[in-house]
Amino acid sequence: MTQRIAAIAANTFREAVRDRVLYNLILFALLLVAAAVLFGQISLDIERIVVINLSLTSISIFGVVIAIFIGTQLVSKEIEKKTLYTVLARPVRRWEFIIGKFFGLIETLGVNTFFMALGFYAALFYVSHGLHPSDLNILLAIYFIVLQFVIVIALALLFSSFSTPIFSAIFAFALFVIGTFADDLKNFAKLSEGTVHWVIAGVAYALPNFGSLNVISSVAHDQPITFALFANNTLYAALYSCAVVSGAVLIFERRNLK
Amino acid sequence: MKSRRPNAFFSVLLVVCFAGSMLVESRLDQLRPAATLEEVLYIPSSKVVKRMSVGFEGLVADIYWTRVVQYFGAKHIENASQYKLLYPLLDMATDLDTHLIPAYEFGSIFLTQPPPRGAGEPLKAAALLQKGIRENPDSWRLYQGLGFIYYMELKDYPAAGRAFEQGSKIPGAHPFLKVIAARTLQKGGDYQTAQMLWQAVYESFNDGLIRDNAIKHLRALQVDQDVLQLEALARTYAARTGHLPAGFNELVAVHVLPSVPRDPLGYPYELFPDGHVMVEFYRELPFITQGLPPGQQPSDMDLSTRGK
Repeated sequence: MTQRIAAIAANTFREAVRDRVLYNLILFALLLVAAAVLFGQISLDIERIVVINLSLTSISIFGVVIAIFIGTQLVSKEIEKKTLYTVLARPVRRWEFIIGKFFGLIETLGVNTFFMALGFYAALFYVSHGLHPSDLNILLAIYFIVLQFVIVIALALLFSSFSTPIFSAIFAFALFVIGTFADDLKNFAKLSEGTVHWVIAGVAYALPNFGSLNVISSVAHDQPITFALFANNTLYAALYSCAVVSGAVLIFERRNLK
Repeated sequence: MKSRRPNAFFSVLLVVCFAGSMLVESRLDQLRPAATLEEVLYIPSSKVVKRMSVGFEGLVADIYWTRVVQYFGAKHIENASQYKLLYPLLDMATDLDTHLIPAYEFGSIFLTQPPPRGAGEPLKAAALLQKGIRENPDSWRLYQGLGFIYYMELKDYPAAGRAFEQGSKIPGAHPFLKVIAARTLQKGGDYQTAQMLWQAVYESFNDGLIRDNAIKHLRALQVDQDVLQLEALARTYAARTGHLPAGFNELVAVHVLPSVPRDPLGYPYELFPDGHVMVEFYRELPFITQGLPPGQQPSDMDLSTRGK
């Protein structure tokens, strides 16, 4: 079972790496990181903050775009090219296929983020004339960005298990935007009463919360990230993506592929 | 049969993980208030925010105004003594959308009220309203708000009168503004004018909280006047009879009063042998300055809502 999932994951990674659009996106993100250096130079006394904010935002946005772009095509492409039938004709179960795709895409995004982070640290090294111990804190922000990707991949996979790539991309991106403002929904729930309070609170907790995974501004201002936040964010991303992937498996198990 | 087992397993996994994620999220919420509501405005320049909003500054202004409401609500609930971000957020929202009238109206109320009910910054509230008037010279309610702050908080009665007068000249302004303007310029500082102002607030706003606040202030003004009048009555009685009355029943018995006087909530006032009058449940009557127990300082806090 593990071998089959690993094989599908490795194949997904190979397939994604072959995609030229992926390289374009990474290149564009790295260009933005480089632009952050120039942008920082024309600002006053906030070069380092600009580089961190702009670079990490670029990594986050382009990573999410890549996750949605590839994630929403994972299943539909296999159906379109009829390769899914070949895979499922072998002793591979549908749930193994979905989970393999999920891990394959995480691997792809992990490698992409690694290279984008390298570019970012190079820019930071150039701007700050060296790296400081506090810059390690930024790694946590990048780790949280990867956790965001994990949830977005799970969502993309969920939507692609029953919808077309375009609609899946729209749904996934919309949920990413809404999830970014989940804190606002919770605050709104706090200020309301009765049924409205419970409905809004329920919706806020049901939606993915990307707010707690975004610590870009905090690390840009050298604010420390607590271990509790690290542990809880990790656990949250694992549980939420596990729930979403389970949903994707349940839908895909029932899907008529004829 | 083949697909039932994974289906059951993944159904259970979905429910368990989803419930677990909600629990962890609630723990994250407890961890993060300091981070989310931190007293830092990362982009303090409205010009920068305007550029970054790429033409959607109206929407961004709405978002900032929503932030103001959330920030004020959260601080209000925790009885905060400081509202550091309130004015910068309001300034940002009204810079992005200069015609956002509710931001001027409600924002100035949030800024004026003393902590923990508000920021206790009437000068900034006046500045916000003056900015609103510059951008929206046809909004008479902004003049009303400005006059109110000058009158109640800054005790600058001529400035208050001028603000009311200017507002009253705007087409569509409520007729009471003319009356208030005249009265403020003539008799600034008396209870009747203050009562008139709060009555005007009560009548011109539909918001329940603002109307409730106006009612509480009207009751407090009534109590302050009642207590002063009743104490004066007791002193007059003492001058006539040579002793202070033991209580209101004595004054009722000699037909000085028709019955034991009651506060606006219906509870009887108490007259003490030293001639002082007190209200029975002062916590139910926020903002009163008279009739308080000895040593009890007048409070701007709404004590009746505390601990509920």
